[in-house]
Amino acid sequence: MLKVNTLSFSYGRHPVLEDISFQIKTGELCALFGPNGTGKTTLFKCCLKFLNPDSGTVRINGKDIRRLTPKQMARLVAYVPQAHHCAFHFTAGQIVLMGRTPHLNRFFTPGARDRKLADHAMQVLDISHLADTAFNRLSGGQQQMVLIARAIAQQTGLIFLDEPAAALDFKNQIRLWQTLQHIAEQGTAILACTHDPNHVSWFCHSTVVLDRSQLLAKGPPGQVMTQEMMDRIYGDTCQVKDFNGLKIMVPGTVDPQSANVVAFPGTRKGIHQK
Amino acid sequence: MSRRAYKTKAVLHKINLNGHEGFAKRHFFLQSLCGRFLFERYYMSFVNTKKLTKYLAGPGTLILVLAGAGLCCIRTGTCQVPFSMVVKTISSHLVHWPDPATIPALNHTIIWDIRLPRTLLAMAVGVSLSVSGVVFQGCFRNPLVEPYVLGASSGAAFGAALGIVFPAFFLSVQIMAFVFSALAVAMAYTMARTGPDTPVVTLVLSGIITGSVFSALVGLLKYLAQDTALREIVFWLMGGFYYAGWQEVRILFAVTAAGLGIIWASGWQLNVLSMGEEGAKSLGISPARTQFILISLATLMTAAAVSATGIIAWVGLMIPHAARLVTGPDHRRVVPVSAVLGAIYLIICDTLARTLTTAEIPIGIITSLAGAPYLFYLVRTRGGQMFGK
Repeated sequence: MLKVNTLSFSYGRHPVLEDISFQIKTGELCALFGPNGTGKTTLFKCCLKFLNPDSGTVRINGKDIRRLTPKQMARLVAYVPQAHHCAFHFTAGQIVLMGRTPHLNRFFTPGARDRKLADHAMQVLDISHLADTAFNRLSGGQQQMVLIARAIAQQTGLIFLDEPAAALDFKNQIRLWQTLQHIAEQGTAILACTHDPNHVSWFCHSTVVLDRSQLLAKGPPGQVMTQEMMDRIYGDTCQVKDFNGLKIMVPGTVDPQSANVVAFPGTRKGIHQK
Repeated sequence: MSRRAYKTKAVLHKINLNGHEGFAKRHFFLQSLCGRFLFERYYMSFVNTKKLTKYLAGPGTLILVLAGAGLCCIRTGTCQVPFSMVVKTISSHLVHWPDPATIPALNHTIIWDIRLPRTLLAMAVGVSLSVSGVVFQGCFRNPLVEPYVLGASSGAAFGAALGIVFPAFFLSVQIMAFVFSALAVAMAYTMARTGPDTPVVTLVLSGIITGSVFSALVGLLKYLAQDTALREIVFWLMGGFYYAGWQEVRILFAVTAAGLGIIWASGWQLNVLSMGEEGAKSLGISPARTQFILISLATLMTAAAVSATGIIAWVGLMIPHAARLVTGPDHRRVVPVSAVLGAIYLIICDTLARTLTTAEIPIGIITSLAGAPYLFYLVRTRGGQMFGK
C-alpha cells in the first residue's frame, strides 16, 4: 500500500531524514515510533506531500505521489491531525462530512449518499450522538474520534494518524487503538506515529523505529521492541518487563520508594521533599 | 422475482418507509426520469411539503424583506412618493404598463433616474462587500478579517486621490480607484508568494505593508493638494452614492453577479479551506489555487464597489458575522444570507444618509455608527455559543 524508498529530507542544511525505506501492506496497523525530534512528523509530511523530499520516492498503491494532484492524493490517503481548534464553529457532523470532499465534483456539495456514509462512519466509532455538537466544544478525545470518523468517511486505503492517543485518557487510549485495529482488519493500512512504546508493543502489527534521522528497525513489535532497542533509543531509562506474556515498558530509573510518596493535605510533605 | 423488479420494490419500500406512501409511485417515476443521482441530490430532500416550506421559508423571507426594504427606500426622500406611484413608475419602464406617458415626468426623474439606480447600486455594493468579507474570513480562517485586509481600500484611496489631485493626467477617479485597488492586492499577493504556497500569515503581513505604503502616499497627496481637492479626497474616503447612475449599476451588477455566483458555488470548498492549509490539502483541495481564485474574485468585487462609491467601512466585517449568527458556519448558506443582509443593510444606511439631514451625510459614517451597536448586541447575546469555546 505505502512504499517509501530511500527518502531523504533536510530543513536547510540540517538533515532530518536520511535514506529511509520501508513499506506497509494492506490491513497492517503500523506504528511510527521514536523519541522527540527524530523526524516522525517530517516523514509524515513527506508522505502526504506537504513537504517535498530532497531525494527518494513515496509510492501509494504503486503510484508515485509526485505525479498526483491533491484530489487524487486525498482519494488514496486520509490524514488525521492532532486535535485542533477550528476558526468557525462547525458541528462534528459537518466535519465528518468534509471527509467526502475528494469524492465530490468541483462545484457540487455533499449529497444524500455522502451524508449516509458520514453517518455510518460516526456509527462505527460510536459517536453518532455528537453529530450536532460544535466541534470546538468537544473534549480532545472526542475531537480525535471525530477526525478519525472523517478519515473513515474519506474511504481511503491508507490512513495516517499523528499522535492519535496523545490527548486521551487511559481507557480511551485503549479503545482508540482497538478501534484502529478494527479498521485495519477491514482492509485499510494505518500508519500512526506515537511516543508510547507500550502502545506499539500491545496493539500494532508492525513498527518503524526512527532515531536521529535514521531508520533503526522495521518489523513486528515482538521482535523490534526489545531491551536492546530501548537502551539504544532511551539510554538506560526504560526497562522491558514481561507481564503474563505481555511486554511492558517501565521506567528504569525511578526509585520505587520515592514513587509512592503521596502528598497529604495538611502535612505539607509533597513528592518534592522526600 | 427478477433482479430489476426486486430493486424496484426495494426502492418503493424505502420511500414508503419515509412515510409518504401515496407518493411512492410518482417518486419512483421521477427517479427513473431524471436519474438516480439528481433525484437523490435534489428531489428527495423535498419529499414532503413541510420540508419544502421549511427549506424555502428562510430564503423567501429574506428576499421579500429585501424587496420591501428596497421599495421603502425608493419611496423615502425629501420628495415623498406614494408606494403605488413607485410601483407604477418602475413597471411602466420594465413592461410598459401602465403607459409611461401617464406618469408625471417628475416621478420618472426622481424614481427611475435617481432613486432606483442609487438603491440598486447600494444593494450591489452591499452584496460585494459582505460576500468578499465572507471569502476573506474563510480563506484566512480569521473572523476578524475584512475585505480591505490586503490593502484594497488604501490602494483605491490612492488611485482616487491621484485622480482628484491631477485631473488633467488621469482618466477618471473611478477607474483610477479600481486599478490601484486591484494593484495593491496583487502586490500584496506577489510579495507573500513563496514557492507554490502562499502562507496566510505572510499574506496578511504583506497586505498590511502595501496598505501602509499606499496610506502614506495618500497622506502625501493630501499634503500637496489644494483646499478644494483636499475636501474632495476627504469626502471620497468616507464613501457615498452621490454619483449613482445606470452605467455604474450595470457594471457593478455584472461583476457582483458573476462573483456571487462562483463564490456561492464554491461554498463547500470554502468550508474545507477554513480547516487550515494542511487540512484542506489532505481533503483534496489545493489551498493555494482555491485561495487564489476566491481572493481574486473577492478583490474584483471589492475594487469595483470601492471605485464606484468610495470606502465604506464596517459592512464587510459585520455582515458576515451577522449572517453566521443566523445560519451557522456553513459557507453554502453564509454566502447567500450575507449577500442579502449586506444589501438590506446598505440600502437602509444610504436612505438614512440622504434623509437624516438636509445635506447628505457620507455613508461610511452611518454604517459604522449603526453597525457597531448591532454587532455588539449580537456578540453579547449570542456570541458565546458562536465564537467562544
